[in-house]
Amino acid sequence: MSRADPAVSPAGLGRRRAVGFMLPALVLIGVFLVFPALWTIYLGLTDYRLTGLAAADPHVVGAANFTEALGDDRFRSSLWLTVQYVLGSAVVGQAVLGFALAWTLRNRPGPVKRITEGLVLLAWILPSSVVAFLWIALLDRDEGTLNAILHTPGTAWLLDHPMSSIIVFNVWRGTAFSMMLYGAALENVPPSHLETARLAGASTVQQLRDVVLPRIRGHVLTNLLLISLWTFNDFTAFQITAGGPEGRSEILPMYIYNVALSGGRLGFGAAISFLVLLINLVFAFAYLRILRGRREVVVP
Amino acid sequence: MISLRGLTKEFPGGVRAVDALDLDIGDGEFFALLGPSGCGKTTLLRTIAGLETPTSGTVAIGGADVTRLPPGRRDVAMVFQDYALFPHMDVTANIAYPLRIRKVPRARREEKAAETAARLSLTELLARRPGQLSGGQQQRVALARAIACHPKVFLFDEPLSNLDARLRLEARTFLKRLQRELAVTTVFVTHDQGEALALADRIAVMSAGRITQLGTPAEVFRRPATTFVAGFIGSTPMNLLPGTAEGGRLHVAGAVLPLPSEVPDGPVVYGLRPEYADLSPSPPPFGDGDAFSGKVAVVENLGTAHLVTLECGDHLVQAVAPEGEEPALGALAWVVPRPGRALIYRDDALLTAA
Amino acid sequence: MTDARRAVGVIMRATFLAAVLGFFSLPLLWLASAPFDAHPTITASVPSLTLANFRSLLDNPYVLSSLRNSVIQAAASAALVVVLAALAAYALSRVRVPGRDALLYVLLLLSSVVTGTAAMVPLFELATRLNLIDTHLGVVLTLSGGLLPAAIFILKDFMDATPTSYEESARVFGASPLQILGHIVIPLVRPGLATIAVWAVANVWGSFLQPFILLRDPDKAPGSVILYTLYTEGGSPRLDLISTFSLLYSLPVVVMYVFVSRRYGFRFHGGIKR
Repeated sequence: MSRADPAVSPAGLGRRRAVGFMLPALVLIGVFLVFPALWTIYLGLTDYRLTGLAAADPHVVGAANFTEALGDDRFRSSLWLTVQYVLGSAVVGQAVLGFALAWTLRNRPGPVKRITEGLVLLAWILPSSVVAFLWIALLDRDEGTLNAILHTPGTAWLLDHPMSSIIVFNVWRGTAFSMMLYGAALENVPPSHLETARLAGASTVQQLRDVVLPRIRGHVLTNLLLISLWTFNDFTAFQITAGGPEGRSEILPMYIYNVALSGGRLGFGAAISFLVLLINLVFAFAYLRILRGRREVVVP
Repeated sequence: MISLRGLTKEFPGGVRAVDALDLDIGDGEFFALLGPSGCGKTTLLRTIAGLETPTSGTVAIGGADVTRLPPGRRDVAMVFQDYALFPHMDVTANIAYPLRIRKVPRARREEKAAETAARLSLTELLARRPGQLSGGQQQRVALARAIACHPKVFLFDEPLSNLDARLRLEARTFLKRLQRELAVTTVFVTHDQGEALALADRIAVMSAGRITQLGTPAEVFRRPATTFVAGFIGSTPMNLLPGTAEGGRLHVAGAVLPLPSEVPDGPVVYGLRPEYADLSPSPPPFGDGDAFSGKVAVVENLGTAHLVTLECGDHLVQAVAPEGEEPALGALAWVVPRPGRALIYRDDALLTAA
Repeated sequence: MTDARRAVGVIMRATFLAAVLGFFSLPLLWLASAPFDAHPTITASVPSLTLANFRSLLDNPYVLSSLRNSVIQAAASAALVVVLAALAAYALSRVRVPGRDALLYVLLLLSSVVTGTAAMVPLFELATRLNLIDTHLGVVLTLSGGLLPAAIFILKDFMDATPTSYEESARVFGASPLQILGHIVIPLVRPGLATIAVWAVANVWGSFLQPFILLRDPDKAPGSVILYTLYTEGGSPRLDLISTFSLLYSLPVVVMYVFVSRRYGFRFHGGIKR
């Protein structure tokens, strides 16, 4: 009934003042986010290097960096590792574990809930530099805690299973976000709906599929979008494996670091950054399509 | 006091919520905007408040054109359907909020809030937050907040709809008394015809952005201008039956009824409130055709009376039977209209009473 | 549901929660034990209690100043992010701007990519040209720019979920947009602001790459960078100092989180829906 005037907000915020409210944030984002991004795109078209002749006087080389990257085995294997990393640690690991926790802990106030949530959140808010050391200490070959507990002395987790290690690490690190988001989402499911399903004799799986999922689909997709993007570009794992051994855990952010900053090929690194941006864009659009396409009500 | 001239509000997409509306509301009047949901009554109220900008037309309050003024400078106070009490402020701070905006010193406005609260018997609740109040208490706090700033006009959006049925009757009486005492021009929106009849000095019945009828509760109840108003007003729906006028007689639902001579021949709609229809277990003495006759299909208990539905051929006719005189289900019964209480409509306009 | 099925459910839930607790606490053991160990190894073990590590840590000239730097950078960034994001999120939530959602998504996308390694070179050159190298301001602005899109995105949901009748009511009483923001909206979304503040502080507190690149002067470096300088002259990590400093460095964020979540609740709004 009460439709809002399009030009005036409930608080009487006209268009012009609304722009004024947004401007400071947009300026900061423009200067320190959009501008570097555009610069990166430009750099990707040059042979810019950290040192040497091309550092002083970079030349535009057009799409050469891109064709080189796409033909490079190291890039392709890095891309494949990144896909595994995102699917394994974010889409499957964080989202599923986060949901399982939110579902198990819902409507269950008490110390168990507080302790579990507290621990999961602790893993999320600890500084990343500290967290990296924690996992190095946990997985160390000679004196790691894990080997001591499992009685498997000498197992070099980070050397023998570098990808699994960083995937498990990222599940540990990031599950809190999904848990909190799903926890908030589950509060939106009216208890009467679940009770109706239970009275009709639906099993837990059926309740989840028929009652819960349709109500929180938007949250699920938003969550997947955010954690996928964050995982895709996360650099913390670098502080654990540095991409090694032999590039077996060199996901794209590490690859860019190794190529651009360690290897000094800034132009090439920028080109790959641009490719990463494109891939992320595809991800985001795919999610948005699913979200939009299935929405029954047109948002006003 | 409030004058609206040619007021139109069109939403993007071309929906005309308010359509070229003219209206004058008098000083101190308790005025109801009544209509089904989507008729534009809330938009009209919000336009008077200044929360919506009209597409064309003018709004004047107390003789001054306020069409372009922001809501805060119109000297009106509004009570929202959900009361919009600020959940992070206690009752005192809520009531004093309008005064805070007017830069009244804290001590003075708290004193004023306490005064207003006392008047609405809220003194014990001054330190509570809205979340700790019952629905009725919240409503009174919202009223207190509106009163505290001494506006020229009160605007109430469905002020009673969030209360449960019993509380609503109490609050209705309270509201009417309060408005009498304050004598401040009050416009309120409601979809409940009973509320409008009970509270208002005058009612504007709205439909599709226009005023269908404007009048006192008695006028609107006794002589609804259109069949829409006729069907909308009244706690039991009016019987509206298609009929034909022919040579001074009206043929409707198997009955042949007398008709005032001024009705020309042709199709009409015959309207009769169930309260004005007398139910009889036997045919009336003056002739079988002068009453509706049929089989009793439904009997609904209204407490002090019964609403009886008769099947008269293809039509249903309802009548109210007094306590203890309700017929048995399936029995034959006759409905005799009280003279002068039936309404004759042609082309959806009231012709005459019969 | 039969009793047997219910019992199975209870056991499954308990097992699951026990496994989760184990998984999440295991890496933290080292942080709890090693700092107090006279001869820490990388294994978490019951230490022979000592506070000597804390004393030798304080002998390091950069440790205390780095904590101060971290506080300055985190507090300034969080303040900037919360204020700017609240203003922008409010405007975006209440006034319909064409392409609003698309804009937010593009910014979100950029923020996650650009804050990685990709844009370090342009960021460094930008900071050089703006004379922001070796300044706290440079780090603060760079980090804030990266955090803002997600902060706006999350805060907008809090704003969207606030009924507009509160604001309309205040407006009828004559409150100006800024008064409405200050008196009504900000108090109503306080849990959201607190969540964003904690999130921003935690992010800045742990950030390594940006301060590492933008600050040459170790006197300005935050703790996250100094942590990586705690090596012996031979190049092997000084575990006693690293573990102790890790604990010391983690405490402020944990304390802040506990304080904020007690006071305002640390949560996301149920309304993140788009």
